[in-house]
Amino acid sequence: MLLSEVSLHDPVFRLAPLVIFLPLAGVILNLLIGRRLGELGAGLIACLAGAGAFAVSAALAFGLKSSPEGAIVLIWRWFQVGNLDLNWSLKVDTLSVTMMLVVSGVGTLIHIYATRYMHSDVRHHHEPGRYTRFFVFFNLFLAAMMVLVSADNFLMLFVGWEGVGLCSYLLIGFWFEGGEGGLGNARAAKKAFVVNRIGDFGLLIAIFIMLGAFGSLEFSRVFAAAPAVTATAPGVVLAITLFMLLGVTGKSAQLPLFVWLPDAMAGPTPVSALIHAATMVTAGVYLVARSQPLFVQAPLAADVVLWVGAITALFAGTIAVGQYDIKKVLAYSTISQLGFMVAAVGMGAVVAGMFHLITHAFFKALLFLAAGSVILALEEADHGHDLQDAQDMRVMGGLRSRLPVTFWTFLIGALALSGLVPLAGFFSKDEILVAAQQKSPAVFIILLAAAFLTAFYMARQVFLVFFGRPRSGAAEHARENPPLITVPLIALALLSIFGGVLNLPGVHTLEHWLEHSLNVTPAKFVLWIALVSLAVLAAAVTLAWLLYGRKPRATAREADPLAARLGGLYRALEARWKVDEFYSWLVVRPFERAAEFLSSIFDLKLINGLGDGLGALVQSLSTAASRIQNGFVRSYTLVFLVGVTAILAYLLLR
Amino acid sequence: MIPLAYYIALSAVMFTLGVVGVILRRNALVVFMSLELMFNAANLAFMAFASYYQALSGQMFVIFVMAVAAAEVAVGLALMVAIFKAKKAVDVDEMSSLKG
Repeated sequence: MLLSEVSLHDPVFRLAPLVIFLPLAGVILNLLIGRRLGELGAGLIACLAGAGAFAVSAALAFGLKSSPEGAIVLIWRWFQVGNLDLNWSLKVDTLSVTMMLVVSGVGTLIHIYATRYMHSDVRHHHEPGRYTRFFVFFNLFLAAMMVLVSADNFLMLFVGWEGVGLCSYLLIGFWFEGGEGGLGNARAAKKAFVVNRIGDFGLLIAIFIMLGAFGSLEFSRVFAAAPAVTATAPGVVLAITLFMLLGVTGKSAQLPLFVWLPDAMAGPTPVSALIHAATMVTAGVYLVARSQPLFVQAPLAADVVLWVGAITALFAGTIAVGQYDIKKVLAYSTISQLGFMVAAVGMGAVVAGMFHLITHAFFKALLFLAAGSVILALEEADHGHDLQDAQDMRVMGGLRSRLPVTFWTFLIGALALSGLVPLAGFFSKDEILVAAQQKSPAVFIILLAAAFLTAFYMARQVFLVFFGRPRSGAAEHARENPPLITVPLIALALLSIFGGVLNLPGVHTLEHWLEHSLNVTPAKFVLWIALVSLAVLAAAVTLAWLLYGRKPRATAREADPLAARLGGLYRALEARWKVDEFYSWLVVRPFERAAEFLSSIFDLKLINGLGDGLGALVQSLSTAASRIQNGFVRSYTLVFLVGVTAILAYLLLR
Repeated sequence: MIPLAYYIALSAVMFTLGVVGVILRRNALVVFMSLELMFNAANLAFMAFASYYQALSGQMFVIFVMAVAAAEVAVGLALMVAIFKAKKAVDVDEMSSLKG
């Protein structure tokens, strides 16, 4: 490995490549000897790899404190084609180190949780041999995510972008033989991969245009040249940013490409927590934040980003209200919260977006892990195997006293997500709302409505899962999980409580921290907006209490109280606005029909017919020609004679 | 002196007889005889022209043709014997097992 430096002010920056290589070492170790070490060893390696990456990230953060301008750490020269000179080099600045800390910090907690969760999960699925494989994928994901956030050029970022997509695919399909009809999980993985591919195509096009217009892919050079390019060809930067947005909608599950994320819940719960809530799906937000200098040059694209985020936030929020699957609710909630972040970075409030990204990583990872704890408790208590779906909230209920730690941590996560003061979500969401109010009242109203829905469906979930009476034998006998499960929950709960400290109004630590890598507009604290958002929270929780808390559902079969009041609207929410069906009708079905036509008509009839016809023609021609060879020497002689005579006649008479 | 045209005419007649014999007759021995007739028609033409032009090359060719013809007949007759042993006949139409 070639290690040299472009500009290293602090020797600690030399450690930077370790954030990638430590998880990668975990991958290799577990691949080679993981099976022989057993569950304890494999889990330990994976956790140590994550923890090591976190330690390195923390060291980098301390280094940045003394020299905040950061550094670019070269690992090796990648390739040089013409004027294009690309390196594998890491950008160590406040933005990327923030992402590294989130990814490795939350990631390590989820790794620890997963060592216990997967222990039960692989047994529940009668396949203990897969334990090591899970951690190989998990560490590979960490490595790919680190490549993504630490890249100093767009191509390297794309490598990480694809890498996390691959790991997402592998982990969604971890139980590939499971799901509906034995194909459901594999189909979900495929769907996530294909939908992401559409987005990745957009990012790739953006990179190609960038290459053509700027002749470079390095962040620093592209961003430095952006104003000049905009002055000569304003359309170019607009095209780049819009195509980039397509990539963002794919990876960060925004409209119109969000459909893969709910299905991605087919993966084990730690996967949902790490990849589909805390880290990978925020890559789009990071990309927009990182490309801020480009979006500044294309206000139209930034507005599109803003509206995509805002509409997604509301749209996904409505769907979450109608779901019964404990993880699906959280998945739609994630889409909605990602909408908040995307809207924030779209309106230029990059710090608010990053702040929400961090706090969301805390409490959404917490919520998913707590949901996983509930699922695990139910599965382990389901001795009679009469539970059809351990994720269905209708069969839960009354778990508050049975899973006390899970309940309290879930409650903290739900309140943090809903934005209760002084939990983490309050500050970050408030910052976004303030920025939205300054930018455009319409967006402010939309986001406020989304915040209302957030509080409502989280309260509904808490009431359904933890309050009332148990609605199944498994829920009746559920017991709290061991410390390896609950300790990460408690740690994340603490982070969810105190996460707001990162960027308290008036202190703005995160803002001053990110100042060194981003263009920051100082955030304000507006009291009436904070009060309004708290009032919205109170209203939503009260409404949810009236509907679900006051008279909890008694049996699993009962209809949702909203169903009677909203009628067709509720059925539409329950059916997720039929977006999947619409896409199926719009894209999948025509595509399948075209494929059917090509295979049965075009290929079988035309292409195959062409081949067969040619063969038949040659065969009949050769049958006719073979008649000449009749075996009679005398007739050959006659032909010979006629031929010679003809040639001679031609030669003589011409 | 007999005119050249007479020799050529005789040669042509002999050649044609040979060709007709090869084509029409089924007995392999007769086919061989007809072949010999064609060789000798050619030889006659060679000799006629050689004497007409006072050139030795024509006579030389005749020697070659005779030598080759002798060799060919030797091979051919050997083939005939082999075929006769297998088929108890020397009818060329019987030898048609290579037809397509």
